[in-house]
Amino acid sequence: MKDTLQLLHRLSAHPDSRCWYVAWSPAPCWLPAAETELSGFGVKKGTVGTVSACCQMDTREPSEKSPGHPVEIIWHPPASMPPPVSGKKLMATFRKSVHSGTFQLKVLDLFFPQCLTVLEGHENEVKCVAWAPSGNLLATCSRDKSVWIWEVDEEDEYECVSVLNSHTQDVKHVVWHPTKELLASASYDNKVCIYKEEDDDWECRATLEGHTSTVWSLSFDADGQRLASCSDDCSVKIWKECETVDGSVDGSWKCVCTLSGFHSRTVYDVAWCHLTGALATACGDDGVRVFREEAASEAEQPVFNVSAHVSKAHSQDVNCVAWNPKEAGLLATCSDDGEIAIWNYHSDA
Amino acid sequence: MSAGTRLENANPLIYQRSGERLLTANEEDDGVPDPIDDREIFDILCYICRKVLHTVYSTLTPCLHHIRSINDPEHPLSLEELNVVEQVRVKVNDEESLVSVEFTPTIPHCSMATLIGLSIKVKLLRSLPDRFKIDVHITPGTHASEEAVNKQLGDKERVAAALENAHLLEVVNQCLSTRPV
Repeated sequence: MKDTLQLLHRLSAHPDSRCWYVAWSPAPCWLPAAETELSGFGVKKGTVGTVSACCQMDTREPSEKSPGHPVEIIWHPPASMPPPVSGKKLMATFRKSVHSGTFQLKVLDLFFPQCLTVLEGHENEVKCVAWAPSGNLLATCSRDKSVWIWEVDEEDEYECVSVLNSHTQDVKHVVWHPTKELLASASYDNKVCIYKEEDDDWECRATLEGHTSTVWSLSFDADGQRLASCSDDCSVKIWKECETVDGSVDGSWKCVCTLSGFHSRTVYDVAWCHLTGALATACGDDGVRVFREEAASEAEQPVFNVSAHVSKAHSQDVNCVAWNPKEAGLLATCSDDGEIAIWNYHSDA
Repeated sequence: MSAGTRLENANPLIYQRSGERLLTANEEDDGVPDPIDDREIFDILCYICRKVLHTVYSTLTPCLHHIRSINDPEHPLSLEELNVVEQVRVKVNDEESLVSVEFTPTIPHCSMATLIGLSIKVKLLRSLPDRFKIDVHITPGTHASEEAVNKQLGDKERVAAALENAHLLEVVNQCLSTRPV
């Protein structure tokens, strides 16, 4: 291990509840009194099962000096939460009513805390939402086993264009290819599904089998040729799109590398830095690890080594890792201990 | 839960309870920090056990009086007496902050297995410092849906969601309450 993860900042974001999700805001922003303002939407804090999401910006300076004060938002249902998108919007999932059994997804304005849109349809907790690179498509997944694709027009009207039922259990995570309209989902059924639009209809093009327990999260590399998946089976797998003899792709994927023996408990999140190629993981053993690919390794048999490891990065499970999309090496993590930590990953290589 | 009026296991095998914990000189000395050990966790479990089965059965099955007849309110059967939890199946590593409990459903098709496991997990989550990793599993080979139950108990999103279910939370709380049954 030649590289280092240096702690820059630690924020006690949610002292009484776990922090499931951390995301970098695409632009500096400051949302004063987020909790109070958002409480009008039925957001609660401190009750059993309450979860939270945070956005954090410009963390290299202590918060009192910086206008990038952490944005703090508490989300109600236990779902992994929403990346801030296209400048202003932030998605939140809310359970409409425990008794009616319907579930909502709300689009919030990050600067002026107000609800812009409510998306209804899922029959159980919404676990994850993701914007396609074009910004016109939104994918959502739920404990109801389905993945929904929504189309957004210029008037901010959302229309469901597809409901995909390829999984047989809770869908934990959805992620879009960085440039194409290709979607991947991870599930409690141990599988990963890849979807693509075909003749105006979305369909599952590939099912990636190999993990022996729940797949918690997914991350594409910078050019989208490879996908990393992490699982309750304590491993991370790297999948690659298969190429045919003439160099074209036929839509099938194969596992080219399994990182096992590094994590001692569930791996909850994996993030592939699009600037440096480093792969970070969030683990239930409280550790944060960064892996690097050996430069000399072959494309069909890549070799990854741990280049940095902080064994007690948090005092409880680490739930999420997020690389800053603009600043190479800046990494945010969050944990069941309610804290967010910001790290600088420094590589001598 | 089964809506039948028949008990799933009307005549459970009853086992001897283990003796009281013997206090060592160090444990009585407040100046010496006590590590958390297997027996302590086991005692926590036994403490709740008296209530768990009784509450589980009386809340979820329509045969309350039937249970009462086999369950003297003065000496309700505990999970220990039914061998649902045994001290040898409780593993604690205080240094590494790990607690692992295996519980044994009284019969291989026990429909209460998930609820018993959830109650044990919640009790430990509430009793132990946050640093502990708590694993609750079914004793290998003792339940038909062992793998499915273990997976569910190991998924913290599902556990959190289960505890947001007001009805289920109430049942779990009843299982764990210190009020006399």
